[in-house]
Parts: sequence; C-alpha cells; structure tokens
Amino acid sequence: MKSNTLARRRRRQLLLFTSPALAFFLLFAVFPLLSTIYISFYKEDVFVGLENFVFLFTNDEASERLLYAFLHNCQFFLIAASIQLPTALWMAALLTSGRVRRMTSFYRTLLFIPTTLSVVIVGFIWRLIISPLWGIVDYPLLGEPATALPTITLMSVWQYLGIPMVFLYSALLSIPSNIIEAAQVDGASDLRIFFRIKIPLIAPQIGIITILTFIWTFNGFDIIYALNGGMPGPDYATDVLGTLFYRTFFGWGADLGNQNLGAATATVIFFIILLGTAAYFATVQRRLKASQL
Amino acid sequence: MIRKKGRFQIKSKNLAVHLSLIFFAILAIGPIFIIIINSFKTSEGIFTGPLKLPNSETFTLDGFKRAVAQGNFVRNYANSTIITIGSTVLTVICSCLAAYGITEYTTKLSKLIAGLFTIGIMLPVTLGTIVIIKMMVWLNILNTHISLILVYVGIFVPLGVILMVTNFRTISNDLKEAARIDGANEFKTFLIVLPLVMPGVAAVAAITMLPVWNDLWFPLILTAGPKTQTLTLGIQQFVGTYNNDWQALLAGLVLSAIPLILLFTIFSKQFIKGLSDGYGK
Repeated sequence: MKSNTLARRRRRQLLLFTSPALAFFLLFAVFPLLSTIYISFYKEDVFVGLENFVFLFTNDEASERLLYAFLHNCQFFLIAASIQLPTALWMAALLTSGRVRRMTSFYRTLLFIPTTLSVVIVGFIWRLIISPLWGIVDYPLLGEPATALPTITLMSVWQYLGIPMVFLYSALLSIPSNIIEAAQVDGASDLRIFFRIKIPLIAPQIGIITILTFIWTFNGFDIIYALNGGMPGPDYATDVLGTLFYRTFFGWGADLGNQNLGAATATVIFFIILLGTAAYFATVQRRLKASQL
Repeated sequence: MIRKKGRFQIKSKNLAVHLSLIFFAILAIGPIFIIIINSFKTSEGIFTGPLKLPNSETFTLDGFKRAVAQGNFVRNYANSTIITIGSTVLTVICSCLAAYGITEYTTKLSKLIAGLFTIGIMLPVTLGTIVIIKMMVWLNILNTHISLILVYVGIFVPLGVILMVTNFRTISNDLKEAARIDGANEFKTFLIVLPLVMPGVAAVAAITMLPVWNDLWFPLILTAGPKTQTLTLGIQQFVGTYNNDWQALLAGLVLSAIPLILLFTIFSKQFIKGLSDGYGK
C-alpha cells in the first residue's frame, strides 16, 4: 500500500518534470510528422486511400521526377559519405596522433569553422570562387548537368566535414590508452595500430556518423535551394527529394502547389529514410555491436 | 647515434602531421578568408585581383556601410538574435527538467520516455512542414518569432534531453539526499544540483544555437514576411535578387557569419562535447 503511493508519487514527479519537453517534442515534431502521413491519404477533405501515391508512382512526369530526385539523393549521399568519412577519419587521426600537442585545439577549431557557416554563405563563397567572373575555374561547373550535382555535393562536404571529424576525434580519444600501449610494447607500428586496433574499436561511431549522413542528405534541401532556388537546374540535374517536396506542396512558377501530393511526397521520403535506417540497424550496427564483444 | 636518428625520425613525423593539418586548415579557412578580404575592397579591387589583400588604393568600408543601411539588415539581425536566444533558452530549460526527471525517477515509463527522445534525435521533422504551417495558421502566429521558436524547441529538445541525461547521471545521490533531508522539495532539489551540470548546459546551448541561427527552411516557410525575416533568409534573398552591389553583398555575408564564428571559437570545447556525447549514445 505504502510502496504503491510512493510509486505513484514518483510517476507524477517524472511526468511533471518531463512534460514541458514532451509537449514541445510531441506537438511540434511528432504530431506534424504523423499528421502529414495521415493527410497523404486525402484529397482536400475526402479520403482517397492510396490515390496520391499511385499518382506519384505512375504519372509519367511525377514518377520521373521522383525517381530522379531519389537517384540524385543516392548520388549525393554516396559522394558525400565516401569523401567525408575517410577525410574526417584522417583529420581525426592527425589530431589525436599526439604529435601536435598544444596546437591540437587550434587546428580543431580552424577545421570546424566552415561548419558554423550557413548554407547561404557556403553556397555564395563557392559560387564566387568557381565563377567565370573570377576566372579561377574555367568551366561552368554549376551550369552543366553532369557536374552540377557533384559540385554542390563537394560544397556540402566542405561545409560539414567538421561534424564527422569532431565525432571521430572524440571516439579516438576515448580509446583506453592501455590498449594502445600494449600494442606498442608488442612492437606494432603506428599505422598498424591505427588500422588494426583503433578503427575496429571506433567502428560503431563510424557507423552512426554514416547513418546520420544518410538521414541528413536524404532530408536535405538547404544547399540546393541556396544555390538554385526551388527550380534545381540545370534541367533538374540537381533536383533532390527535399526540393521536389518543396515544389510539390508550395508550387513553383506556373505550377500550383498541392498540399496532399506534398504530404504524399513527404511520406515517401520519410519511409525511404525509415527503411534505410532500419536496414542499417538490423544488419550493420548489430554486427558491429556483436564484434565488439 | 641510434638515439639521434630516432629523434630525427620523430621530428620529421611531427612535421608531416603539422603540414597535413596546415593543408586541411588552409582548405577550410582559405575560401572564408578570400570573402573577408574582398569585403574590404572597392568593386574594382574585387574583380581585378580577387586573391589580393586590400591595399591603400582598394581598401574601403563602403560595402559594410551599404550592407547595414540596406533594407532590413539590422532588423533581420535582431530577429535572428531573438529567435536563437529564445529557442536556446527554452530548449535548455526543458532539457534540464526532463533529464532530471528521467534520471531521478527511474521506472519503466522513464525508460520509455528516454527511448522516445533518442529516436527523436534522428527524426526528419522538416517532412512535417505542411502540418506545421497549418498549426501556425490555426494558432494565428504565422510570421511571428514564436512560431519558429516553438518548432525549434520541438526539433532540438530530444538532443538536449539525451545530453543532459548523461550529465545528470554523473551526480552522486549524496547532495540530493542532503537537500531533501533539509526539507527541500523536488524542484528545489533540482535547482540545487543544477550548477553541477553547467558544462552540459553549455553543450546543449552551443549545439542548439548553431542550426537555429543558420536554418533556412523554417524561416522561409514560417517567417518570410519582411518584419520577422531572419538574417539567413534575408541574406539568401539579398543574394538571390539580381544584385550588382558585390561590395555590400560580401560585407553582409561577413557580418552575418561573424557572431557564430566568434561564439564557436569561444565555446568550441562545449560544442564538441555536445556533438559527440549527443549523437554518440
């Protein structure tokens, strides 16, 4: 009886303390997302089942746009991840090598500064640097469909490199020094220690930063919009799911926006992210955790 | 002889590491540096020698004067400041309260709530934008600072809670018990232990501030009106409208980037802690 009232009191205290955070999170993050999925089954106020999705996947133009935006996202993610991860790992390894000592935080701060800029500034800086106006690059990188998306991806990599760098830096620092010392006593070289001991130990963090990159790039919109507005030229070559979503519900130029189709597009993107993340946690991360034991 | 060779090897290895880091640092800072030096030049100086430092002939502050005088620059600055501080303060308060609750009253429910926030860190909230607009229209707060603050707290509070949970876990029970024996109620006890988690508070503040100040999506959708526009959106439109005033443009960009570069340089330790602790769990 007494323990029961105590448990109830604890429960009340818990809810009291967590309710402000829960209220904000549930009202302004969870509810809009779930509600978006809900209205994707409607046309105005009429329930239409999967009609919006059927349209997105079978209408000639809409399905082509969706497919290309998806492929562009894949390309963006693959380029970003394959450059960002090794570079960030390299930087983190240099910073934690114990060879720069007091300069460590100085370098770390410098390397992180691009991440503190807004995409608007990043887009502008790079557009100016590669513009024919300044003549540093003699090729319209952003004007040609073949090079536009990789160029934007590289700008984004430049901006966000600081995040995986800092992340892997902290992971490398948290490796217990006795493991490293033991290997050194056994005569292992720095390189061997790095590849055979350190990398396997920080594999879970490498995994997490990869999946975060996946979520951020598939949810991304800012850098493309900052450079091209809602019409991702040239000839849709830089159209990604985020800009497609924006155009679908807001409209662009002569095209009127459509709320329900927009919601359906958002739902499709949400499930792509959900599936990718779930697949990752079900396969890779589980294996990583298992190998840790 | 052998020792000498060893020391030489260590020194040359150290040098190689320094050189690689300097290379990366130039790659990171160089482009920003180019923008900064050009913001202090006449437009002729900008186009004839973009990579040159300003000299007595090309140096001018005209760009800065015109950028500040331009349209809504000062107001946008104020808007961004209000929105960033508002979101950060609310996120910090809610995160601390919730994290204290979660660590202090461990039950099945508290684990469920913690799990919910952990998933929340990865939630792509921008995909709920259509409904967020409808809510803001319904609440009649479209084009107000409050609409953005509400959304940002919703987005960033999960990360804040998880970060603060790891901080509150490190506090021993002795202090809390002592406070309770002295007759402090639960909220008072919370206030008594709060100073001990200040490093965590700084980390949450740092990691919330940055994306809020730099966000483009929600200001574009919720507060695009001229009176509530943020600096990031204002700069975007400044860049977007065909504009020949490169001096003012460059100066405006530099001014808009300065607050966060300064803040980050001062609080980089807290920021890095927030980033690695928050997403690493």
